[in-house]
Amino acid sequence: MTRIFIPNESTALALGADDVAAAIVAEAAQRGLDIEIVRNGSRGMFWLEPLLEVESEDGRVGYSNVAPSDVGSILDAAFASGAPLSNCVGLVEEIPYLKQQQRLTFERIGITDPLSIDDYLLHGGLVGLRNALATEGAVACEQLIESGLRGRGGAAFPAGIKWRTVLQAQADQKYIVCNADEGDSGTFSDRLSMECDPFGLIEGMIIAGVVVGATQGFVYVRSEYPHAIDMLNAAIERARSAGWLGESVLGSGRAFDLYVVKGAGAYVCGEETALLESLEGKRGVIRAKPPLPALKGLYGKPTVINNVITLASVPIIFARGAQFYRDFGMGRSRGTLPFQLAGNIKHGGLVELAFGVTLRQLMVDFGGGTASGRPARAVQVGGPLGTYLPESQWDLPLDYEAYAAVGAVVGHGGIVVHDDTANLADLARYAMEFCVIESCGKCTPCRIGSTRGVEVIDKMRAPASTGEVRERQVILLRELCDTMVNGSLCAMGGMTPYPVISALNYFPEDFGVALEAAHDPATA
Amino acid sequence: LTPHAIAPAAELVARHASAEARATPGSSLLTVLHAIQDDAGYIPDGVVAPLAKAMNLSRAEVHGVITFYHHFRTTPPPQVTVQVCRAESCRSMGSEALVAHIEQRTGCHVDAHRHAPADGATAAPHGSGAVGVESVYCLGLCAVSPAMMINGKLVARVTPAKFDAALDSALSAASQDGQPRAAKEFA
Repeated sequence: MTRIFIPNESTALALGADDVAAAIVAEAAQRGLDIEIVRNGSRGMFWLEPLLEVESEDGRVGYSNVAPSDVGSILDAAFASGAPLSNCVGLVEEIPYLKQQQRLTFERIGITDPLSIDDYLLHGGLVGLRNALATEGAVACEQLIESGLRGRGGAAFPAGIKWRTVLQAQADQKYIVCNADEGDSGTFSDRLSMECDPFGLIEGMIIAGVVVGATQGFVYVRSEYPHAIDMLNAAIERARSAGWLGESVLGSGRAFDLYVVKGAGAYVCGEETALLESLEGKRGVIRAKPPLPALKGLYGKPTVINNVITLASVPIIFARGAQFYRDFGMGRSRGTLPFQLAGNIKHGGLVELAFGVTLRQLMVDFGGGTASGRPARAVQVGGPLGTYLPESQWDLPLDYEAYAAVGAVVGHGGIVVHDDTANLADLARYAMEFCVIESCGKCTPCRIGSTRGVEVIDKMRAPASTGEVRERQVILLRELCDTMVNGSLCAMGGMTPYPVISALNYFPEDFGVALEAAHDPATA
Repeated sequence: LTPHAIAPAAELVARHASAEARATPGSSLLTVLHAIQDDAGYIPDGVVAPLAKAMNLSRAEVHGVITFYHHFRTTPPPQVTVQVCRAESCRSMGSEALVAHIEQRTGCHVDAHRHAPADGATAAPHGSGAVGVESVYCLGLCAVSPAMMINGKLVARVTPAKFDAALDSALSAASQDGQPRAAKEFA
């Protein structure tokens, strides 16, 4: 029997993977072929999807951009030495885009059936959890600190220190919360993790639970990810049946159970305290900090709240050791980050690499340039609250500190490329408008400032505005952004100015102002 | 409100806010509202008071949660809901031009269900009533932008022609299914 792989993952599905799967069944039956269809995860090479893979003696051979009508000729080529096909990409593992990556957190994606426990165990699953169960909580926290893992959601806070705080807190109940409210445009690594390797996240959360002494975990997934929710629920059900979850995790006598809660379309719920409010069933309004969620989190109890990728990176750290993980990366940014190439990019997808790679390497060596074929003009790194970077900044190493030094953020590793038809004033206005739509309303700089920001940008750009009026608006916009940065309670209002000010600084011509007029007197 | 109009709303609350329905850890007003919307297609105004009573909350708290989240709708859904992504990645691949095409093709304004028409005319939220167009901010398909969801089905690398085909097939599927159950019971 030959196995044929066709992904069951949102991007592949959005490009017709289900229809391809149906065609495989029909065409194979017609030919009397002995095959097994595996609905694997995606490899994360999205420009090739739907990517069909046929098992062979040498490895898995891929066929890209498969339409249902292509399936017959693919089966002929694979099984009956039919004519070689132009969409055959050869051995999938040998494709440079994949081969040159350093996949740790995503070591299994695309290879395994995401819902197969056997596959998971065959590919290193549960080794980390077994080690963690045999380790004292305090020691495990030290190991996590030693690994250098920092929160992958964007804030980059050391995960081990957060866990240690929760471990040391005295309480009758503690919780693990996974932030899967991945709302940043240009990011999809959380979704891929949940859809293509849900057991990895589940294992990471169980480890968090046994290390800090929490018995309940919640994954808060945005409602825009229905497929991820389905996959996660199915995987949790299987994990429960297999005895990973419940009263006695793997027979250890320690309890941990896990539940999925669906968000309801609010970007600000990606902010951890707003997420906790939402999880409690309230409006997603942020809480002032302190107290930290590690001490007073969900229902007022000590809570580990980490992003999906952070938690999904935990099993490999406990399986292979802290030193193994921290050997990747640079400076204080240790390990790998799954970068996400998005927007106007030829080869969009997931590229997991150690910190230190440059934007240009990602965009050119992996991304292959823009999808439109036009020159790239601006790249937004780190989601809608991230800075727009012009070409002069594309050779910086992607590292939390190096980016912070130029007023940019690595964030969740999303990279959105815009070509030379992009108007950065449009995008700056949109950044403010998005803040108007998504502000939780708790603090004034964010709630009112964003509305004023849209107005100021509109005034600046109105055709009737004189140069003098425009220059006045530039000053106003800078002051407004300064107030938002310094006066907002959370990153929503506090970072909306990042794309706005970077657009103004690097691309003043799009705002109809001269370079000198746009120049920030503070940095002159 | 006539008793007739109250009955189904109370029934929804009884079904989804009961102690059994809320026994799962993580259950809250949010999960109950999801269950009601999944069942009825929207959250009828009539549920606010009985839901507040059942969950020991004020009506203001229930109303506040319903209106805070973009996902919840308080009017019956159209036969076909188009959710088009307008975030940065999709913008870089022409989502705004796509939105213009969608509005022209469907005859309805994007997000009309949230905004009163500027001229003060009676709202015609979904054009012909069959289709509604909503903005969403990221579907996580950013490597294959622009993206949309049409009646829950994801479509990537959307072009005007691809949109037209997807709309036609969603409309014909919807007309075969008939009106959504919710629209019949609660409209």
